[in-house]
Amino acid sequence: MDLIANLSLGFGVAFSPINLLYAFIGCLLGTLIGVLPGIGPLTTIAMLLPATYALPPVSALIMLAGIYYGAQYGGSTTAILVNLPGESSSVVTVIDGYQMARQGRAGPALAAAGLGSFFAGCVGTLMLAAFAVPLTELAFKFGPAEYFSLMILGLIGAVVLASGSLLKAVAMILLGLLLGLVGTDVNSGIARFSFDIPELTDGIGFIVIAMGIFGYGEIISNLGKHESEREVFTAEVKDLMPTKEDFRNMIPAILRGTTLGSLLGILPGGGAVMASYAAYTWEKKTKLRPGEVPFGKGNIRGVASPESANNAAAQTSFIPLLSLGIPPNAVMALMVGAMTIHNIQPGPQVMTSNPEMFWGLIASMWIGNAMLIILNLPLIGIWIKLLTVPYRWLFPSIVLFCAIGVYSTNNSTFDIWLVGLFGFIGYLFVKLGMEPAPLLLGFILGPMMEENLRRTLLLSHGDWSVFVTRGLSASLLVLAALLLVIILFPSVRKKREETFIED
Amino acid sequence: MSIKSQKDFFSGLLIMAMGIAFAWGATAYDVDEGASMGPGYFPLMLGVLMAILGAIITFKALVVETKDGDKIGSWAWKPLFFIITGNLVFGLLLGGLPSIKFPAFGLIAAIYALTSISAMAGEEFKLKEVLILATVLATMSYLTFIVLLKLQIPVWPQFIAG
Repeated sequence: MDLIANLSLGFGVAFSPINLLYAFIGCLLGTLIGVLPGIGPLTTIAMLLPATYALPPVSALIMLAGIYYGAQYGGSTTAILVNLPGESSSVVTVIDGYQMARQGRAGPALAAAGLGSFFAGCVGTLMLAAFAVPLTELAFKFGPAEYFSLMILGLIGAVVLASGSLLKAVAMILLGLLLGLVGTDVNSGIARFSFDIPELTDGIGFIVIAMGIFGYGEIISNLGKHESEREVFTAEVKDLMPTKEDFRNMIPAILRGTTLGSLLGILPGGGAVMASYAAYTWEKKTKLRPGEVPFGKGNIRGVASPESANNAAAQTSFIPLLSLGIPPNAVMALMVGAMTIHNIQPGPQVMTSNPEMFWGLIASMWIGNAMLIILNLPLIGIWIKLLTVPYRWLFPSIVLFCAIGVYSTNNSTFDIWLVGLFGFIGYLFVKLGMEPAPLLLGFILGPMMEENLRRTLLLSHGDWSVFVTRGLSASLLVLAALLLVIILFPSVRKKREETFIED
Repeated sequence: MSIKSQKDFFSGLLIMAMGIAFAWGATAYDVDEGASMGPGYFPLMLGVLMAILGAIITFKALVVETKDGDKIGSWAWKPLFFIITGNLVFGLLLGGLPSIKFPAFGLIAAIYALTSISAMAGEEFKLKEVLILATVLATMSYLTFIVLLKLQIPVWPQFIAG
C-alpha cells in the first residue's frame, strides 16, 4: 500500500515538534481571525507570507494551510453568537445559527458546527490523499496546450461560481492577467508596462496587490459602515451537548454538506464560500421531518451542513494546487506565492521532488483538525471573550501588519507607495461592486498562461487549432464551454442570482 | 437615455479605459503574430477583450432596468484618507526619502505615526488609548520581526543609530 507508506512518511514529518508547533500556531491564528469579523484568511496569509521566509518550507505551508481551514472553524462562532459572519464562508450559518442562540441553544449550534467541521475536515483530507496521486499522473500527460485549456477552464469556473455580475468578473480576471504581465518578459527581456521605474521591472509583488486590494480596501469599506450596524454580543453559552433529536437531524446534514463541499472544493473557482451556499440551498430543498423547526427559525441542519461543506471544501481545494499546480481560488493562489518564495514550483513534480513536504502537509491537516476541535469546543470561552475587543483597536493593528509585511518582502519603500495605490483601487472596486477575488487568480495565472500559449503556438507553428484537435485539451475546453452555456441559460441564471441574494 | 445602474456604468467605463490603456501600451512592443508570439501579443489580445467587455457593461448599464438604480452611495472619504496617509507616512518614516533628503526615522517612530494616523479613520479617537495601542504594537513588532524573525528593518532613526 503506497498510500499507507506515504502517509506514514507524512505523519513522521508532521509530528516533528517544530511542525506540530507551526500547525498549532496556524490553527490558533486561523481560529482567531475566523472569529474576528473584518479580517479573513486571505489577508492574514498575505500578511504572514513574508514572515515565512525564515521558516523551513514544510513548516511554512503547514502553518498557512492551518490558517485557511482554521478560519472555517472560527467563522461559525461569530456567526452563531453575534449574528455576524466572522468569515465570508459563514454567511449562511448566521441565518439559523443566530436563531438557535436566541433560543438559548447556542451550545448545540456551536457543537454542530464544530463536529461537522471536524468530520468534513477529516473526509476532505482523506480525499486529498487519495486523489492527489492519480491526478498527478494525469498531469504528466499534459502539454502546454492542455495547461492553457485547463487554465481557461479554471478561470471560467471562477467566474461562474463567483457572486455578482458575470461580465464584471471576467473583466477582473483580464485585469489580473494583465497586471501579472507587468515587468520583464522572460522571453524577450523587454520590461513591459513598467514606465521606466526600476522597481516595476521585477513585476508587481503579489503581496502588494493582495494587501492593497483585500487588506486596505476592506478596512476602508468596513469603516465606512456605521458601528451601529454591528450587533452587540448577547448570547450565552450554557450546554454544549446537542440532544438526541439534534443528532438525528444533523448527521445526515453533515454527510450531505461534506459530500457537496468536497466536490465543490476541487472545482476551479469553488472553495469554501461557494460550498457553504450550495449546502444550505440543498438543505432547504430537503423535506422537514415532522416536528422539526423550519429553516430560518433555528434549524440545526442549517448550521451543520454549510459548516461541514466549507471545511470539506477548504481541504479539497488543495487537490488542484498540489497535483496540477493550478490554484482553484484566491487563497490557493497565495499558497502558490508561499511555495515560490521557497523556490518550489507548484505542480505535479512536487510530489516526487518534495515528498516529505507533500505528505507532511496532508498529514498535518488531520493533526490540525484534531487541534481545532479542541480549540473550538472545550476552549470556546476564550473566543467569546475575544469578541468583545473593539474594532477601533483592531484595524490600526491590521494596517500596521499589512505595511510591515509589504515592506519586509523586498525591503523597499516603493512597495509601500504601491500598496497605498492599490488600497485606493481596492476601495474603488468595493464601491463599484467589482469582485476582486478573480483578479488575484488572474494575476497568478497571467505569466503561466502566456508562457503556455507561447509554447503551444511555437510547437504548432502558429496553428490555433491544436487546442481542439488534441483530445485532452479539447475536452477541457468543451467543459469550459458547457459551464458557460449552463450559466447563460435563463433559468439557471435566475437561480444563481437567487442563491446569492437570499440571506 | 439615462443611467440605469450607476455602479455598472462607471465600472464599465473604468474597465474600458484600462483595457484601452493596456492595449495601446502593448502596441509599443513587438506583437509578431504566428508561431513566435511577441511580447506585445498576449497583452494586446487581453486589452482589446477587456475594452470590449467594458463597452458591453456600460451599454447594459444604460439599457437594463434595475430596481433602485444601483447607486454607488456615499464615499467613506475619512477612512480612505487616513488609512492611505497612515500607510504613506509609515513608508516615509521607515525608509526616508533620499530624493528630498528626508532622513529615515526607523520602525518604532513609523509605528507610532501609522497607529495614530490610521486610528483617526475610526468613529472615535482617544489619544491615550491610541498611544497605549501604539506602544503595545511597537513592542510586539520589535519582538516578533526584529528579535524573533530577524528581518532587516531599520529600527531607530538614522541620525541616532548611524
